[in-house]
Amino acid sequence: MSHEEDAVVGATYPPEVRERLERDAKEIIGRYPKPRSALLPLLHLVQSEDGYVSDAGHEFCAEMLGLSKAEVVGVSTFYTMYKRRPMGEYHVGVCINTLCAVMGGDQIWDELSEHTGVGHDETTPDGKVSLERLECNAACDFAPVMMVNWEFFDNQTPDSAKQLVDDLRDGKNVAPTRGPKKLCTFKEASRVLAGLSDDLAGEGPSAAGASLEGLKVAKANGWKAPEAP
Amino acid sequence: MTTLTPVLTVNWDQPDSFTLDGYGDYAAARKALTMDPDAVIQAVKDSGLRGRGGAGFPTGMKWGFIPQGDGKPHYLVVNADESEPGTCKDIPLMMANPHSLVEGVIITSYAIRASHAFIYVRGEVLHVIRRLRAAVAEAYERGLLGKDIFGSGFDLELVVHSGAGAYICGEETALLDSLEGYRGQPRLKPPFPAVAGLYASPTVVNNVESVASVPSIITNGAEWFASMGTEKSKGFGIFSLSGHVTRPGQYEAPLGITLRELLDMAGGIRAGHRLKFWTPGGSSTPIFTDEHLDVPLDFESVGAKGSMLGTRALQIFDETTCVVRAVLRWTEFYAHESCGKCTPCREGTYWLKQVLKRLEKGQGSEEDLTTITDIADNILGRSFCALGDGATSPIHSSVKLFRDEYLKHFEIGGCPFDHAPSTVWGTA
Repeated sequence: MSHEEDAVVGATYPPEVRERLERDAKEIIGRYPKPRSALLPLLHLVQSEDGYVSDAGHEFCAEMLGLSKAEVVGVSTFYTMYKRRPMGEYHVGVCINTLCAVMGGDQIWDELSEHTGVGHDETTPDGKVSLERLECNAACDFAPVMMVNWEFFDNQTPDSAKQLVDDLRDGKNVAPTRGPKKLCTFKEASRVLAGLSDDLAGEGPSAAGASLEGLKVAKANGWKAPEAP
Repeated sequence: MTTLTPVLTVNWDQPDSFTLDGYGDYAAARKALTMDPDAVIQAVKDSGLRGRGGAGFPTGMKWGFIPQGDGKPHYLVVNADESEPGTCKDIPLMMANPHSLVEGVIITSYAIRASHAFIYVRGEVLHVIRRLRAAVAEAYERGLLGKDIFGSGFDLELVVHSGAGAYICGEETALLDSLEGYRGQPRLKPPFPAVAGLYASPTVVNNVESVASVPSIITNGAEWFASMGTEKSKGFGIFSLSGHVTRPGQYEAPLGITLRELLDMAGGIRAGHRLKFWTPGGSSTPIFTDEHLDVPLDFESVGAKGSMLGTRALQIFDETTCVVRAVLRWTEFYAHESCGKCTPCREGTYWLKQVLKRLEKGQGSEEDLTTITDIADNILGRSFCALGDGATSPIHSSVKLFRDEYLKHFEIGGCPFDHAPSTVWGTA
């Protein structure tokens, strides 16, 4: 059944899936003074199940929080991270905001989109890779920037971008520039966003590359903040 | 000459800086919790710390607005939704030094008598979210969060909450709506969050860097902090250099440093090129040119020259960059991110985008410059929140400073620039 059809039917999760999601959802809801605050995390949670926010996902959030489905859909459609159709196992973003675009992001996007044959918010036929034109992802000193499943891939070029996507489609291990040793899938990433740990925080550098340039200059010149009185 | 003053960035080159052992023992929080909460507020007032999220409102004064003894729960919400184009300081700070933020949250919450705090972090930064959550978990394990912290009787719960991709949620009241589980749309003010914020209770919303700066003030004293910076813009801040510079990056310096000084430290504009235009504080701050290299980067001096210090997001563009292309792309961003609540912003950014597209293709006319200026005039000051105002900054400033470049586009029927030399690999 396609996702368009299930929207009409009003699908629900199989009991064992629902039971598992409900356990996670209750833990998340318990962190907030008021249950509705858990809506964004719960939308990430159902996205971790389906790879997008499905009709069953909307229904589940509504039931868990005592909301109408319309209220939930009204929220999910406001936020760009909630997808309305299945994204790839690896969701690849190219920053096309001004600075990254000028530094080469536009060219990366054009070449990558041509290379993969998919456009914004579209997925390759093998379901491996989806592309997104990203707004600023707060890593401008590493321009041009790409993100895969919301991990940083800094200082990209058209060639490195195409290689990255080829490697992902070939199932090779790919590591972010500032992040864990191995990329997790889009669904796994969504689980972290929902507020559930994957114990990978300790991997990767504290900081790298451009983040350290100022500190390097300060150290080289012996510059420090004033001593405390 | 101004020199760099690493405080928040000082440990970023240490491999364990993001762990509790690498960070330290929360001595500032320990000290603060022995003080009277009002004395903590006073210390931050005395330090002159002003909000590091862009607006520059005095942090201690904001804390002082929280009514005390009102019988309502109080909340601290950290705005970690860093999304302003060009702004890239809070993300590396939380990745490398999350405990400075957690410690700042403890001190701030204690000062404003909040027992529940939230860090609202944008969702698109997975590893930063992991680091924050791990730091919070470590703090709980060591009794630095939870019940009866340091035996002081002070309780604090801290939740890391991921957003879901909406620039508007960086606006504090939109952020609160989002945190309550609604669409992130700004609220009418007053009432301000200090009176009716999260769940209609008194709430302080502070930027990451503001809160992370607090432990250093408690440890070293208000005078120490105020010894850096300028008369009305005290202390240090992270300056983010990006774009056509030799060594882009994060440079932590006293407020009042100039772009000329920062560029010297960063190896200058990339080899063989010269500065054309730059933003002092993100895309919502009117652009500057090489005439402004010596403007002290503090709130007053940048304001006096017609822009804003904003988030110290210094996006640098050299002479290969087409200013019309840059402004069009920013405008597309604002149109994309406009929440749709108010008409001037929703419709205005949409039409600005249409006209600018035409101009960039060389299909516009001189009248279009009047049109975009008119539209911008009708957004500025007439929008519900600062997003609309921000959208007009690149329009007004670029038409004023680079009118000839706009004209050139329709004189020759296209963009006069080859975009290839602007790229990182196009320098040869």
